[in-house]
Amino acid sequence: MRREPPQRLGDYGPLFFPAGMLTVFFVVPFATMIAVSFFQREQGGFYQPAFVLDNYARFLSLFFGRVLGFSLMLAIAVAIACVVIGIPFTYLLSRSKRKIQILWLVALLSILSLSEVMIGFAWSTLFSRTAGLTNLFVWLGLMTQPQALTPSFGAVMTAMTYQAFPYTVLVLYPALVRLDPTLTEAARTLGASPVKAFFTVVVPALRNTILATLIMVFIFALGSYLLPQLLGRPQHWTLSVLITDQAIYQSNMPFAAAMAVFLVLVTLALVGLALYAGRQKEAA
Amino acid sequence: MSGLNLNNVTKQFGTFTAVNDVSLSVPDGTFVCLLGPSGCGKTTLMRMIAGLDLPTHGSINLAGHDITEVPTHKRELGMVFQSLALFPHLTVGENIAYSLRIRGVGKEEQKKRVDELLAMIHLPGFADRSVSKLSGGQRQRVAIARALAISPKLFLLDEPLSALDAKLREAMQVELRQLQQRLGITTIVVTHDQREAMTMADTVVVMNGGEIRQAAPPVEIYRRPADSFVADFIGQTNLIPFSVDGAGRATVLGEAVEGLSVSQGAKGMLSVRPEDVQLTAPGHGAITGTVSFVRDLGGAIETFVEAGGQQIVAVSSPRNRPEVTVGQSVGIRLDPETSVVLAK
Amino acid sequence: MTALRRLFFFVVGLFLALPLIVVAGVSINEKQTLAFPPQGFSLSWYGEIFTNSEWRNALIASVTLAALSAALALLVALPLAWFLWRRVAPWANIFRLLGVAPFTLPPVITALGLLTFWATTGFYGQPWTAVISHAIFFVTLPLVTLSLGFTAIDRSLVEAAATMGADDRTIFRTVVMPLILPYVVSGYAFAFVLSLNEYIVAYMTVGFTMETLPIKIFNALRYGYTPTMASVTVLFLAIAAVVFGLVARFGDLPKLLGAMAEDK
Repeated sequence: MRREPPQRLGDYGPLFFPAGMLTVFFVVPFATMIAVSFFQREQGGFYQPAFVLDNYARFLSLFFGRVLGFSLMLAIAVAIACVVIGIPFTYLLSRSKRKIQILWLVALLSILSLSEVMIGFAWSTLFSRTAGLTNLFVWLGLMTQPQALTPSFGAVMTAMTYQAFPYTVLVLYPALVRLDPTLTEAARTLGASPVKAFFTVVVPALRNTILATLIMVFIFALGSYLLPQLLGRPQHWTLSVLITDQAIYQSNMPFAAAMAVFLVLVTLALVGLALYAGRQKEAA
Repeated sequence: MSGLNLNNVTKQFGTFTAVNDVSLSVPDGTFVCLLGPSGCGKTTLMRMIAGLDLPTHGSINLAGHDITEVPTHKRELGMVFQSLALFPHLTVGENIAYSLRIRGVGKEEQKKRVDELLAMIHLPGFADRSVSKLSGGQRQRVAIARALAISPKLFLLDEPLSALDAKLREAMQVELRQLQQRLGITTIVVTHDQREAMTMADTVVVMNGGEIRQAAPPVEIYRRPADSFVADFIGQTNLIPFSVDGAGRATVLGEAVEGLSVSQGAKGMLSVRPEDVQLTAPGHGAITGTVSFVRDLGGAIETFVEAGGQQIVAVSSPRNRPEVTVGQSVGIRLDPETSVVLAK
Repeated sequence: MTALRRLFFFVVGLFLALPLIVVAGVSINEKQTLAFPPQGFSLSWYGEIFTNSEWRNALIASVTLAALSAALALLVALPLAWFLWRRVAPWANIFRLLGVAPFTLPPVITALGLLTFWATTGFYGQPWTAVISHAIFFVTLPLVTLSLGFTAIDRSLVEAAATMGADDRTIFRTVVMPLILPYVVSGYAFAFVLSLNEYIVAYMTVGFTMETLPIKIFNALRYGYTPTMASVTVLFLAIAAVVFGLVARFGDLPKLLGAMAEDK
């Protein structure tokens, strides 16, 4: 069996089904969505083919500008929180016994795969008046009366960090596992304490990985759409929520599509940045 | 035409020529070693014989049939890979029986043949073992047995012994040669180890830069190297430049050496094996030099002599220990019988 | 250092476990109240998932969707990964990129794209459209695990099989398939579990005609609280833990994750 470019039509055989599926059900829908973003909306939830920029123009309003600004700010805050906790955690995890690593990985994967609805529900329960955390504080004598902690920005932020944390660890894990342990050992022999070695050797060595992870987690957090609805007030809604809202409840597909296209552009720019950061790492 | 014949085989990878216009004839039942440094094209040549790579130009014939384009799986080969390529998901027995199984040979017959082969490689009763539980030498034997299961037309081995330690490797070389002679199978081995090639081969094919530099029996390769590359690659040698004077005599370092047959006006290299360099009293040899270092290895004594900016090494046995010390002046005699005039 | 590490692990663990502990607690409340610590003990809310027809139907819908879409994702990913490994065809990497894209972009984008597509083609709301949508959305997972699996196969094994007389088809059946099988299983497992929990793509494509469990919970949340939400959450968490535990038991989870995240 020679590994060479496909010669006969039959050699392309395995590619037909995957290529067809991905083209028809990803490329075409994606193109449809882009097309719709330029369509003219009609009353009653329909739209007709046209080429208008209204949907994009509308986006420039103060309201949507604020939503976009809030979405980006929230995602950045979540990304920073996750990476700040995630790096020392993943570092320690990668230096743990294999059994412990596997146990944590299974737990993290389970939480990562947990539906956003369920995470939202779990945190709303934990932040509720009747079954929540404040009951514990009352019992400890820290508070006089239990109270609901939702809806609030803090609740949205906490739950989103919770959701993105396992993802952060799994993105960081390979880079940290492969980090040469003799690096820190060398630092230790030169007189650095473990904490000092971590900050002076591990963190600088991973600078580009950290940047790439920040961007990955940022994109992940941008995708959050249920937690802001379940745990926040309307002013805490993100672009993802708004897109869903426009598409389903306002039946304004062209506008929803325009926002989605915009979100894709932001994401692609960031992925490009992440890849660039990753490449810098290899070059270094 | 019987045997294996390569006709003007060339292989290019992009702009890089891995094998350049190679022609070679391998008679039935012979043992050929493709020998050369890494990157010389020997593995690529073997992969083309196996059909794992296609030649860019040229043709390959086996037993009178053009097999250049015949897919690997129809060539009836046995091949041992450098990594051995034992299937990790199969047992020793299943590995050996693989080529029989996919040809639809019956279970009973498979088992009989596996037992035969296991006996041949001195691992009887290993059929049900996992390949991951074997030692390096055992894995080696299993790979050989697997390749021979169908009595192939050609037996190919790519650096088969490179993973073994030196002692085991030498033992396996002898064993492999004996096995080949018993089975009379046409065998080609790729190796970079000249001892290995000298031990096993009927014909050693020395390759460099994608070309065959010399193809000859081991002793001839050693005694009559075709060029300076072969002379230097096979064993140790002294490469000494010579020129030819007006009288048609070869002169080395300004001194004439009688008896060498060289063409008029030529310049070139002499190859003189260290054991053929004779040290004499100063003035008694063609060349006079100064001893710069003496290495006494117990079994052999190497004397390094500086002569006109050229270093010449002489090897002597302890019985003929030359009475020299560093700094002493000595003569060197070159015997025309053992001084080989190289083509380039 | 060890004490500090333990404390840090404990705090992170607590943060991760706390909401789940509370959910597990309220799931065993005797009455339909949202109370913690639980008042009384009852497993009836777990029974409710299977006895209440609405919850049972949602569970069946979710499991069916996950089983079928993960299988379809595998059918797309396996030949693609095989082709990319088997042939020299750098241009075909565009399909690898397409396979990874839906999972890398914010999910709402894939969801909206599929919504416009199904609405335009007139199939909007058909249950099978959710299977295709999820398969495309999650094809990344088997694609990445399988690509990893193929790169782990020593090519000389395949060449050895060829020298012994095996043609392409035989090689695939007798050498490639047995070696790639663990990756096939983990790829399926990842896609299955994530499909089971997915909300927005399912909601946007079939949300008005079919209720998967996540959709059911979200809809139920609007009308207030029922402990069944808690028991379902615990059930799903248990399913995920068991599946990933099995993947870890029979495969090399750190290796699988090591390269998976790297590929993204």
